[in-house]
Amino acid sequence: MVKMIILVVAYLILAPVIGGLLAGIDRVLSARLQGRQGPPVLQPFYDFFKLLEKEPITVNNVQDFYVTCFLLFVIVTGCFFFAGLDLLLVIFTLTLASVFLIIAAFSTNSAYPQLGAERELLQMMAYEPMVLITAVGFYIFSGSFAVADIVSGDKMAFPYMIGIFAGFVFILTIKFRKSPFDLSMSHHAHQELVAGLKTEFSGKTLAMIEIAHWYENVFLLGFIFLFFANGTIAGTIIGAVVCLVTYFFETFIDNNFARMKWNVAINASWLVAITLGMVNIVVLYFM
Amino acid sequence: MSTIFFLIIFAFVVALALLVLKTDAVRNILVKISAAVIAAASIWLAVEFFRTGEDAVTFAMEGSHAIISNVMLAIEVILALVVIFLGIKHKKYLASVLAAIQAPCTVWFELTKGHHIEVVDNLYIDRLSVIMILIVGIVGSLICVYALGYMKDFQHHHAGEADRRPLFFFLMFVFLSAMFGLVVSNNLVWMFFFWEITTLCSFFLIGYTRTEEAVRNSFRQLILNLIGGIAFLCGIITLGTFYGTLELTTLISYGVSGLGAFVVIPTMFLALAGLTKAAQMPFHSWLLGAMVAPTPTSALLHSSTMVKAGVFLILKLAPVLGFNMAGIMVMLVGGITFLLASFAAISQSNAKRVLAYSTIANLGLIVTCGGIGAVGAVWAGIMLLIFHAITKSLLFLCVGTAEHQIGSRDIEDMDGLFGRLPRLAAFMMIGISAMFLAPLGMLISKWAAMTAFIDSGNFILVAIICFGSAATAFYWTKWLGKLSAIMASRENIESGVNKEETFVHGSLVLMAIAICLVFPFVSKIFVIPYIENVWGIGNLSATLSSNNMIIMCVMLAVLLILILLFYGKTSKKIVPIYMAGANTGDNLTYMGSMQTEMTQSLRNWYMEKYFGEKKMNILGLASTTAIICVVFAMATGTIIMMITSMGGGF
Amino acid sequence: MSYVTKSPWVIHYDGSSCNGCDIEVLACLTPMYDVERFGIINTGNPKHADIFLVTGSVNEQNKSVVKQIYEQMPEPKVVVAIGICANNGGIFRECYNVMGGVDTVIPVDVYVPGCAARPEAIIDGVVKGLGVLAEKRAAMDGKTEAPQTAGKEEA
Repeated sequence: MVKMIILVVAYLILAPVIGGLLAGIDRVLSARLQGRQGPPVLQPFYDFFKLLEKEPITVNNVQDFYVTCFLLFVIVTGCFFFAGLDLLLVIFTLTLASVFLIIAAFSTNSAYPQLGAERELLQMMAYEPMVLITAVGFYIFSGSFAVADIVSGDKMAFPYMIGIFAGFVFILTIKFRKSPFDLSMSHHAHQELVAGLKTEFSGKTLAMIEIAHWYENVFLLGFIFLFFANGTIAGTIIGAVVCLVTYFFETFIDNNFARMKWNVAINASWLVAITLGMVNIVVLYFM
Repeated sequence: MSTIFFLIIFAFVVALALLVLKTDAVRNILVKISAAVIAAASIWLAVEFFRTGEDAVTFAMEGSHAIISNVMLAIEVILALVVIFLGIKHKKYLASVLAAIQAPCTVWFELTKGHHIEVVDNLYIDRLSVIMILIVGIVGSLICVYALGYMKDFQHHHAGEADRRPLFFFLMFVFLSAMFGLVVSNNLVWMFFFWEITTLCSFFLIGYTRTEEAVRNSFRQLILNLIGGIAFLCGIITLGTFYGTLELTTLISYGVSGLGAFVVIPTMFLALAGLTKAAQMPFHSWLLGAMVAPTPTSALLHSSTMVKAGVFLILKLAPVLGFNMAGIMVMLVGGITFLLASFAAISQSNAKRVLAYSTIANLGLIVTCGGIGAVGAVWAGIMLLIFHAITKSLLFLCVGTAEHQIGSRDIEDMDGLFGRLPRLAAFMMIGISAMFLAPLGMLISKWAAMTAFIDSGNFILVAIICFGSAATAFYWTKWLGKLSAIMASRENIESGVNKEETFVHGSLVLMAIAICLVFPFVSKIFVIPYIENVWGIGNLSATLSSNNMIIMCVMLAVLLILILLFYGKTSKKIVPIYMAGANTGDNLTYMGSMQTEMTQSLRNWYMEKYFGEKKMNILGLASTTAIICVVFAMATGTIIMMITSMGGGF
Repeated sequence: MSYVTKSPWVIHYDGSSCNGCDIEVLACLTPMYDVERFGIINTGNPKHADIFLVTGSVNEQNKSVVKQIYEQMPEPKVVVAIGICANNGGIFRECYNVMGGVDTVIPVDVYVPGCAARPEAIIDGVVKGLGVLAEKRAAMDGKTEAPQTAGKEEA
């Protein structure tokens, strides 16, 4: 119980710090990959604090409510995860959070956010099966949905769930909002849908989305960690290293792919979910 | 416990009275009072049931058994004659043929065999029956009250046509009466009688407007459900002839003692009947066709009656299903229906069709749970049934009202509904959220269903629910988005909504939220004891750990508080939306080239190429028909083998 | 300390420029000049932007667009007019259809002359703009007077 509380508090405090730092390193690394010097590592924090200082404006009286709920439930999702609760509960809470963000974009009734929202929705449909399959895989492997039980298992899940791991890393590209599947917010191409889903959010509201994104990233890396946790120090170290490697692997992918059409996103993700994910599930059943 | 007789008879008497009384004022009062009486009586019945402290209350009814059976038989023959006549009149000969097969078979069986089979308990009320009575009694009668206002508007919109409302309300109440009878029948012959009554009631209700389309769709419903009826009859005949019983409880007891495979043939027939009534593929087209009827009919068919009779039967049969041929058929058909109907819903923009596909999908999920037949799955199935009844009726009734107010049932026309009908839009948003979002009802049961699917070890079902859930979230969220859009300068037209309609919406919303908050108790009082009793096991804990249930309830409470405290409040400056710098100022139009004002219009994605309705239907029809045929062929093969080997023995 | 100076996000609008200055603006984002070193991001969205870079002399057609983009930017905000056309109309100054400089439509804080303005000059102008931004931010808290717009800072 004490350990659980410590972990949750640590997540609440450290996740934005780690998430922000990762985002900063990501930006520097991207710049170096493009032959540039790039911003300071702390740049994401500067951006965040600047957004807090901007004039408060909104396009209607409900969008801030939805965005706040989005942030709140992203944080709750992570807390559930680090408290060692049920993986499905975690996933469903995350879906609730994503729906709040999408509804926030829809509520503006503005063309660019709406297009972004539809794409976000499509992305959600694309990655959701694989996320659920990952949870199912852990359940079959360890006999429990509870994160606490999965972590305390003495076998490392990775060798048995390589397919699911690969599939999960694939859809992380969508969740981390990286090319080739950065469809809904479009970090890199501003011409096509301005800022997509985020277009009508500014100042503090946008800052909330940024920090929610950091929280979410750290929680997703926690998922990666689950594949390696086996209760030993070695397992923990391997897990942490793989988390970092995965994150920067996504940066690498980001810089090496052009953005693709939405059809590719859903076709590829579902294909990966069926082939890598489901095949691995079948293997797990027969083990 | 004689309240149940009161319910059946009272609803029927009210129905007759409504057929005779033709003035609006009298009807208004009568429907409202009797709806209140029915709802109160069903609650009273539940209270009585718990006061007995029994797991099940049975009625032998030895004295009146013969008379009732004969009356039922007579009514069935008369109704069959009516169907044959109508079939010939409308040149739908298939319906006549099916009725002409069914009636003589029933008579033959009753007169030659049925009379000799001893039935110990004709009626049997357990917790599942009580749940169904509560759903029918409360949700069903609310729909009847809603129908008062709605049908008045409907008649107004269809001025010049004959006022057939007495018939309409007659059918609605007969429907309720038949449903009460159906859910407490233990004698399968009796259940079959009520089963056929519901089929006929919905036949007349769907054909209510008597347009060409309505007649066509009503006959489609009739034909498909008559096929189901014949399957039911086959089930009764095989059960009576080879196993010497007509009682559902006896059939189920085979399953509980591990002999499910022994009674697989009658089970298969009964399950097939359940599949037709629950509108599973390949029989699902009747439920889509039923959309031509006035909205209260759709709401009644979709939420509390008709289709619920089908899933009720399958959930009842759960102990004899599981991993035998009948069970595999049911779970695969249900699973495929869930997946494909969820996909098809994505491609629909007609709100009622989205709801119809979602109903089919959710029923598929319940049916699959029943098919798996494990305790966890049945728990999930029953919870789904409860949540679905409340939420779906709410959504139908909201769409019905929206249709009368804005003149369209297309989701694309619900742009900015929040400005025009704020209360209705909020109700609809609650209903939609309750269909797929944590921490609300349907998701809780879907979660349990998912766990049950995984535990069943059937990886096809695991894949189905993973992909199906993703599709479900897609089509609900885009609708939710449409409703939530805040559009400037919309006129509020809320005052046009009937008092009755608002009252019913409000009650359903309250019920939908309340049931989510108290569902752990519902599970503890109703569902878990029911499963423990039927499976004969003690100390069953719910599929979801109580921790998770509490977390869900807390999340809901927090969300409600947040909405009440902060929703729609802002101290920020409200500015126009970004329209590439060409917003004319009203957020709806922009300055186009040549200095002309253009109106922006935003449309949802329907992904026709991926999830086109036709494609899904063909896929579903082919795969489910194949599954049913293969399973039946295998069963027939087994019988022939058994008979020949027995013949060799002689 | 204000963070606005550490994270200036820009929006770039072509108010009927010949594209010469626009190309130079975009050149600033390339590895050669890499303005992301200063945290500058090209947002393309007024609601996210702090600095408005306008090129071209602004004409009758896009006057309202320039105005609206400016209005939709949340405070504090700075306008940088890039190139001689944006400064005072340049060679188009006397044309019947041009306004003749961005400051005829919206208040301009920094003028970057040149035809086309060189990337170094543009970066210099943006950095000058940061000073104005910081002052405006301070003014929002009511601590100091708002700076006089059109202070005619030249880069």
